[in-house]
Amino acid sequence: MLDDVKPKPGAGAATGSGNVLEVQDLKKHFPIRKGLLRRTVGHVYAVDGVTFSIKAGETLGLVGESGCGKSTVGRVILRLIEPTAGSIKVEGHDITRLSKAEMRPYRRQMQIIFQDPFSSLDPRMTAGNIVGEPLGVHGVGKRRERRDQVAQLFERVGLRRGQMDNYPHQFSGGQRQRIGIARALALNPRLIIGDEPVSALDVSIQAQVINLLMDLQRELGLGYLFISHNLAVVEHISHKIAVMYLGRLVEYADKRTIFTSPKHPYTEALLSAVPVPDPAIKRKKLVVQGDVPSPMRPPPGCHFHTRCPYAVDRCKVEVPALRDLGGGQLVACHLR
Amino acid sequence: MAVLDHRAELNRAGANATGFFGTARFLMRRYPLGAVGAVIVVLFVLTALFAPWLTAYDPTSTNPRASLARPTADHILGADFMGRDMWSRVAYGARISLAVGVGSTFLGCLIGVAVGLTSGYFGGWYDLLIQRLIDIMQALPLLVMALVMAASLGPSLQNTIIAIAIPLVPNVARVIRSNTLSLREMPYVEAARAVGMSELGIAVRHVLPNTLAPLIVLATAQLGAAILTEAALSFLGLGIPEPHPSWGRMLSESAAEYVRTAPWLVIFPGIAISLAVFGTNLLGDALRDYLDPRQRT
Repeated sequence: MLDDVKPKPGAGAATGSGNVLEVQDLKKHFPIRKGLLRRTVGHVYAVDGVTFSIKAGETLGLVGESGCGKSTVGRVILRLIEPTAGSIKVEGHDITRLSKAEMRPYRRQMQIIFQDPFSSLDPRMTAGNIVGEPLGVHGVGKRRERRDQVAQLFERVGLRRGQMDNYPHQFSGGQRQRIGIARALALNPRLIIGDEPVSALDVSIQAQVINLLMDLQRELGLGYLFISHNLAVVEHISHKIAVMYLGRLVEYADKRTIFTSPKHPYTEALLSAVPVPDPAIKRKKLVVQGDVPSPMRPPPGCHFHTRCPYAVDRCKVEVPALRDLGGGQLVACHLR
Repeated sequence: MAVLDHRAELNRAGANATGFFGTARFLMRRYPLGAVGAVIVVLFVLTALFAPWLTAYDPTSTNPRASLARPTADHILGADFMGRDMWSRVAYGARISLAVGVGSTFLGCLIGVAVGLTSGYFGGWYDLLIQRLIDIMQALPLLVMALVMAASLGPSLQNTIIAIAIPLVPNVARVIRSNTLSLREMPYVEAARAVGMSELGIAVRHVLPNTLAPLIVLATAQLGAAILTEAALSFLGLGIPEPHPSWGRMLSESAAEYVRTAPWLVIFPGIAISLAVFGTNLLGDALRDYLDPRQRT
């Protein structure tokens, strides 16, 4: 099945590691400025040390609840937001500190698909111009060649050539998301970051778009960073899953491992919150109490200790490191 | 590239109309006052364009025998004390009003868009400085600003246009800036940034076309104000110089001396000014309802 997808020959990276993306201890702290002099009075610790990698043809699902920093991770990788610390390597090249001009060639390597299919397309441009824009920006081919390329992209994502001159409002939500996917594909990237790409769609349309993304991955050997809060969708598309809580990874493993034997209490809680469409099945429920603490003043030690049912004194003072429990299952918990 | 998609706007306004006439009928029924305004504006523009064919006399040629002639078949709106035909002068006056109105609105919008777009898009100290300058300019009424400008530039058609355009800049800049502030956070702007488009390219290709609808609304509203200001400047002797027929100056020349003896010299230019301003304002209001979804109920 999907797990058997092998990256195409030649799709590997310059380093030979086969990783299209390597993120090392990535941090993004947004300063909070107050007063007339705009003094920094504190920070929002949106992303606080995140490490993972994605191979060609592989999907990493990044899950967590609202406000945990998932989307910020995606935007920092694309350098739409400047990282505070850490490093980002695309196909083995460090892009963390590149200037705008130096970034340009790497922009062709990675693209993004947005959550909202309505605000992610310019309402005053035709669908064809939207999809062709990346080609124009990078000066790929002549005008007529570009139009042909756009037509091919349209067909590849399941739209008709004849729809190129239509405006976004003439498409349905699912079709608009296909336009967004075609735009992301235009420059032949190696990595696509999907920021909740199906959360705004109807369930039936979600399946279509997910399947399209999986087909494209099989054909093109794309690496996906799939950001979502919907565990069912993530289970369907991902090879590996990273669970994020308050700016940090708490668990990082193969999809099967995560879903069959979650080790972090937070992952357990997330999984037990997934509804099962069979009332006969009785499961052990782990319900987490309270709210997510403010990312402006995250709790000391393990970020999760304020809500963790198993927390001990050590959790309140010492930050748990992400340790390998064997089989590539990394968990940040003192108790495992 | 930067075109308004009329079908989109029509659909949003709730139209189920096809073809030009269907659309026109829908708009007329939906915005009856706007239709009246549109008719007035069209008549105004046609009069300005075809003034030589609509009039029998040169607006500047004098005729002692026709001095202060009453409205008759010969001079349908009468003649002034130099015997110049009033209908000719009112019709040619439409040209001046239109030239000054459109010219200063266009110039004002051009500068206003450039200022507002850069101010909103780049922000920081530049934005702060520009906004305080605009505060200063907005503290003075349009006419007072225009008066100061016109007095320092001297009377001529070109200077009148500039004198009226400059005070229009703050209004346009404010609207464009606030639009830019919200547009630059849109995901499609992020998408353009993600493919490596330059900030200037984003401002011109994505932000500017999306500020077009409010800009058209604003420009139509400003058009009336510009026409009125031209009339006021000319009335005060700072606008269009002799011998060009300007509605405002026609009023000022006749108001004191002839308002009792030859009231047609005051009434007809007055009606012309009122109608032109009334028409553009009605049209502007209807356009705002049509193009600005926030105003729509």
